[in-house]
Amino acid sequence: MQEIERLIQLLARLPGLGPRSARRAALHLIKKPDTQMEPLARALAAAAAAIRTCSTCGAIDTTDPCAICVNPERDKSQLCIVEEVADLWAIERTGSFPGRYHVLGGRLSALDGIGPEDLNISSLVARISAEGISEVILATNLTVDGQTTAHYITERLEPTGVDVTRLAHGVPVGGELDYLDDGTLTAALRARRPL
Amino acid sequence: MRDTALVEDAGVGSVGRLSVCRMRLSSFRCYGSAAFDGDARPVVLTGPNGAGKTNMLEAVSFLAPGRGLRQARLADIDQRGSEKEWAVAATVSAVGGPVEIGTGRDASTPRRIVRINGAPVSGQGALAEFVSIVWLTPQMDRLFLDGASARRRFLDRLIFGFDAQHANRVSAYEHAMRERARLLKVGQRDDRWLSALEEAMACRGVAIAAARREMAGRLAHACAAGLGPFPRAGIAATGHVEDWLDEGPALAAEDRLRLRLAECRTEDAEAGRTTIGPHRSDFAVTHLEKGMPAELCSTGEQKALLIAVVLADARLQAAERGVAPLLLLDEVAAHLDVGKRRALFEEVRTLGAQAWLTGTDRTLFADLEPYAQFFTVADATLRCAA
Repeated sequence: MQEIERLIQLLARLPGLGPRSARRAALHLIKKPDTQMEPLARALAAAAAAIRTCSTCGAIDTTDPCAICVNPERDKSQLCIVEEVADLWAIERTGSFPGRYHVLGGRLSALDGIGPEDLNISSLVARISAEGISEVILATNLTVDGQTTAHYITERLEPTGVDVTRLAHGVPVGGELDYLDDGTLTAALRARRPL
Repeated sequence: MRDTALVEDAGVGSVGRLSVCRMRLSSFRCYGSAAFDGDARPVVLTGPNGAGKTNMLEAVSFLAPGRGLRQARLADIDQRGSEKEWAVAATVSAVGGPVEIGTGRDASTPRRIVRINGAPVSGQGALAEFVSIVWLTPQMDRLFLDGASARRRFLDRLIFGFDAQHANRVSAYEHAMRERARLLKVGQRDDRWLSALEEAMACRGVAIAAARREMAGRLAHACAAGLGPFPRAGIAATGHVEDWLDEGPALAAEDRLRLRLAECRTEDAEAGRTTIGPHRSDFAVTHLEKGMPAELCSTGEQKALLIAVVLADARLQAAERGVAPLLLLDEVAAHLDVGKRRALFEEVRTLGAQAWLTGTDRTLFADLEPYAQFFTVADATLRCAA
């Protein structure tokens, strides 16, 4: 039972899982050892052994530099700044961004004790001039901390002369105006563009 | 058997009425379980002290966004000695039709969970689309005497009834303010970081002050018209940022606030607090007939002024949103003279609002007898008292 309890405790620490759902997940794995539990255990061990953090952009991959950084097809003039690797994956899923990325590894938060020196900001400034980047796209979250981080980076990059843009805010694709909150609609009106 | 004619007179059944017609409580305060089944008429809860009347009002208050009328920690609401977490489920008759609302505590998350029509929603803000609630509790009797923060919270809650985004702006402003205060406290003088936070404070802070100023203006207009024997109230949102908005456009006020915050860094670091911003504003109420600030009025006059403001807000909501908010009036009737009590009941009836009123003595609500539904609360049990 000790091993099972340990398994439940570890699963319960995963995001989105509480003690009850962790127990259900553990029971599901235990019931299917050959098809679920052992393949999962092997995949976890293999991933743990292979995973590297890219020393250039901070993304996660099995190689360093990562596949995106060494891909000659990617546009070297555009750099998209994201808070976490999950944000990079979200943009990559769209298949609409041809450039490369820089993962900050979090966002500024004095209350959580995360300052500029804890984020990959110095390496970002170094990359701008070293790699001939002409546009930096800020894709931080629209939270207070995310926006503070974006503002901070904009000021840090000012001396480099690089163009700094940010993601548009507004009407989601397929969205109906009647259902939008006032803040989003106001942002969309402010960011309107000619057809 | 209810009297149909009287029910019609109370406006029950008309489209656009906001009311709770069914509610179930589980492990909520003194209630292991409790059931309310009623209609759109005002609800009167009578019973001895400590029976659980206010707890019932608190349960209703959780059908709207926020921390409820007691501002309690979620874990404190669980019934004492119970292993279960508290939950409230209700059927609310809203403008677009009936809505099933479920809310409560789940130990796996620090936030209140909310379900609307059976589907979980990510934030409480979604409740504002269906339910708006205004309350008056005995704790608010000192509103004009206590610190300005209680009055700001009161005004902000009135604004939420019209603009659900106001809550997000207040929360974002306070978050940025706490971040800045932490930086100053630990001596982290990173100018870029501080200016980024001050930028966030300036744009949200001016939006907050503008919303308060606008709401105070509309309330003042509604209150100046007077309401029966209740005093006419002068209302104003006061503070530096509000003054700047009087003097010029919002963008100029943002620039001034940003500049002042930057100038005050040393002073704020030494004081250990933020010395300028809408978190220092106040909500000033004046007894117009007497030309006297509310805090200098008698206890009874203060209560009457507060009721006048709440009723003015309900009138505004009814006029602008097409539906009057739920009114939670805890132990209000006992402190009013007969004339004011009658005027209050008449206003509730005219508004068509579902008011939830509590009191120890049913005779206080005699004027409401034909128009309200009565329940007794005793030993944490709710019973219909037709």
